[in-house]
Amino acid sequence: MSEVDPTDRRNAPALSLHVPEPDYRPGDTPDFSKVVVPPAGAAPRPDTGAPARETFPLTDTLVRVLDDEGRPTGPWDPRLDPETMRKMLRDMVTVRVFDDRMYRAQRQGKTSFYMKCTGEEAIAVAAAAALDRDDMNFPTYRQQGLLVARGYPLVDMMCQIYSNRGDKLHGRQLPIMYSDKPHGFFSISGNLGTQYPQAVGWAMASAIKGDSRIAMGWIGDGATAEGDFHSALTFAAVYTAPVILAVVNNQWAISSFSGIAGAEKATFANRAVGYGIAGLRVDGNDALAVYAATRWAAERARGNHGPTLIEYFTYRAEGHSTSDDPTGYRPAGEAQQWPLGDPIERLKQHLIGAGEWDEHRHSELVKAADAEVRAAQKEAEKLGILPEQGRENIASMFDDVFAEVPWHVAEQRDQCLKEAGL
Amino acid sequence: MNMIEAINSAHRVMMARDPDVVVFGEDVGYFGGVFRATAGLQKEFGKQRCFDAPISEGGIVGTAVGMAAYGLKPLIEIQFADYIYPGYDQIVSEVARMRYRTAGEWTMPMVIRSPYGGGIFGGQTHSQSPEALFTHVAGLKVVIPSTPYDAKGLLIAAIEDPDPVLFFEPKRIYNGPFDGHHDRPVTPWAKRPEAQVPDDYYTVPLAKARVAREGAELTVLTYGTMVHVAVAAAEENGVDAEVIDLRTLVPLDIAAIEASVKKTGRCLVVQEATRTSGFGAELAALVQERCFYHLEAPVERVAGWDTPYPHAYEWAYFPGPKRMKLALEKVMAD
Ligand SMILES: Cc1ncc(C[n+]2csc(CCOP(=O)(O)OP(=O)(O)O)c2C)c(N)n1
Repeated sequence: MSEVDPTDRRNAPALSLHVPEPDYRPGDTPDFSKVVVPPAGAAPRPDTGAPARETFPLTDTLVRVLDDEGRPTGPWDPRLDPETMRKMLRDMVTVRVFDDRMYRAQRQGKTSFYMKCTGEEAIAVAAAAALDRDDMNFPTYRQQGLLVARGYPLVDMMCQIYSNRGDKLHGRQLPIMYSDKPHGFFSISGNLGTQYPQAVGWAMASAIKGDSRIAMGWIGDGATAEGDFHSALTFAAVYTAPVILAVVNNQWAISSFSGIAGAEKATFANRAVGYGIAGLRVDGNDALAVYAATRWAAERARGNHGPTLIEYFTYRAEGHSTSDDPTGYRPAGEAQQWPLGDPIERLKQHLIGAGEWDEHRHSELVKAADAEVRAAQKEAEKLGILPEQGRENIASMFDDVFAEVPWHVAEQRDQCLKEAGL
Repeated sequence: MNMIEAINSAHRVMMARDPDVVVFGEDVGYFGGVFRATAGLQKEFGKQRCFDAPISEGGIVGTAVGMAAYGLKPLIEIQFADYIYPGYDQIVSEVARMRYRTAGEWTMPMVIRSPYGGGIFGGQTHSQSPEALFTHVAGLKVVIPSTPYDAKGLLIAAIEDPDPVLFFEPKRIYNGPFDGHHDRPVTPWAKRPEAQVPDDYYTVPLAKARVAREGAELTVLTYGTMVHVAVAAAEENGVDAEVIDLRTLVPLDIAAIEASVKKTGRCLVVQEATRTSGFGAELAALVQERCFYHLEAPVERVAGWDTPYPHAYEWAYFPGPKRMKLALEKVMAD
């Protein structure tokens, strides 16, 4: 420090740092009345080719379609056919059941780790429904709904989670870090934010080649603080890349609330404004709003009108992962207080109101999803669970470092086999 | 104390002694860090001195540079060493060279703590040992403790050091020493003498190695979790090995290395990191430069494989007693 006490130096007030704090901590009773929830149907819907500037007011509100009674209203109502909505409902229920089973499998010691997306199911599922099947996703670890919605076999997902003989990634990745090119699902990285500029690059490549496919990049609210987020927005803006950039704002990044990523000062959708790209802020627990906004951004990208940043506003109802205990940093019942409700309940209520669904069919659906997930689990476990990882595949550890195994890696492979007594 | 408690205690002691020490990083404030190393500090010292940072390692290190320039002593946490890379440019191009490029006008007295290493089923992005990427950079000190007692004493010494120090914590031994036998239960630190950690201030000097096990036949140079693997391997295989726990990689205790190798005439270097261009290569080169005429066998290396860290087969990746045994036999055979 300097020799002079800074507080003696001049007749100026002492500065102090502002460190954001969430409104509620363990033991408090959460009350989300401060969260502004505009009425469904109130947000205007610009033309998909409109100048980005026209969307800027939409970065401060919430695009909502379903009202409190589950009725769709306003210009963003995508007027989906019941079959599509029932498929979305089925996918969301499947994701929830899948998450619960895999969470339990981790607790039973069958694998090392798991991450749920409870409360956020509408986001990945409805976005998948709004994209074309051959558009490419650069996801985070909380978009398992993309794979489920695109029909990726549950058994394959589970084999990855168990790192077993059926794992197409040969036990190299952490559970839930899927990768599947045919399903338009880019490899998940443990390093936050890296996929964001990659999504922009894929979209740029599609434009360079005169293709018609678009890319969608995904990131959490916390990870928007990474430099990669800002590089991605710059590149997307500069080259008018055909990309959708999604921020899933589930309010929490492990123990740090969204204020630590800047949410006190501006919405995440607001970030679009500074880059001059289109921005939308969307009720992430409203499957129809998620669908409509994603569809809007996809049409915009496909029409060569450029990128859209979408903030899906939601709440992470469960722990960050199986290694996290959220009761250490937030009130236990917070998820139940979340003013945007539960995404599955809201879509179900809408379909019932529209006469396209009923409680009986819903409980049959849950039962069927449960049976499907259980059957898949049985299949997957036939191929092994993590602690049973045998010796038969250890040589595979040395493949794919390079296209061909170089001498030093080959030597080490031999040494490893010798060490294992093989 | 286990190693986490010892590290926590070092924070507490130094925050109390030195009002310029500030602690920040992802989740370190209210929650006290995902490994709990900073638990309770915000409550005790206030939000101005211990706070949560945005998820931006480049931002964390870059702002620490500004704080150090002002005259504070930032003690920052990178949640996992695997995530130090977004902060790499600031560390390598700025932190490391500031004293040099300004002829001492600006200095960077900071400590960058980060849990590193494998053996916890972390897969390829929660298991890396990146120390060699930093020992290669002029201007950085690199410290790796292997016991709770050392962790506290070395961390305090690092905070008091006028230069930037990277402090890598072997997370596999946070709760207890690990001998590399994945099929055996780990004994907690509490049962060990190295867990007798005083509550108050003491230091373990930087740049001084420790003899973890005395021996006459062979010198094992190692650090971090591998110290425990090496000691166990020597005992299991009946080799009278002297295990040197380096503790500081830069600057290295060259005197201790030379003395031991000249005494034993044989040398094995052990690192958890991927083998090629690892810190073990530097050790092997130094030993042959300085002790060549005392060596009775070529210097041998034990290391992680030259592949990323696989989730499912980490028991076969982690350098354990079997890999040590083969290497010990080889060095002792000549
Ligand atoms: C570069 C990097 N830094 C830190 C971490 C550790 N980490 C993993 S997840 C996470 C929180 C991410 O929060 P957010 O982006 O909001 O996504 P969410 O988990 O809420 O979906 C952190 C800090 C990491 N994986 N990568």
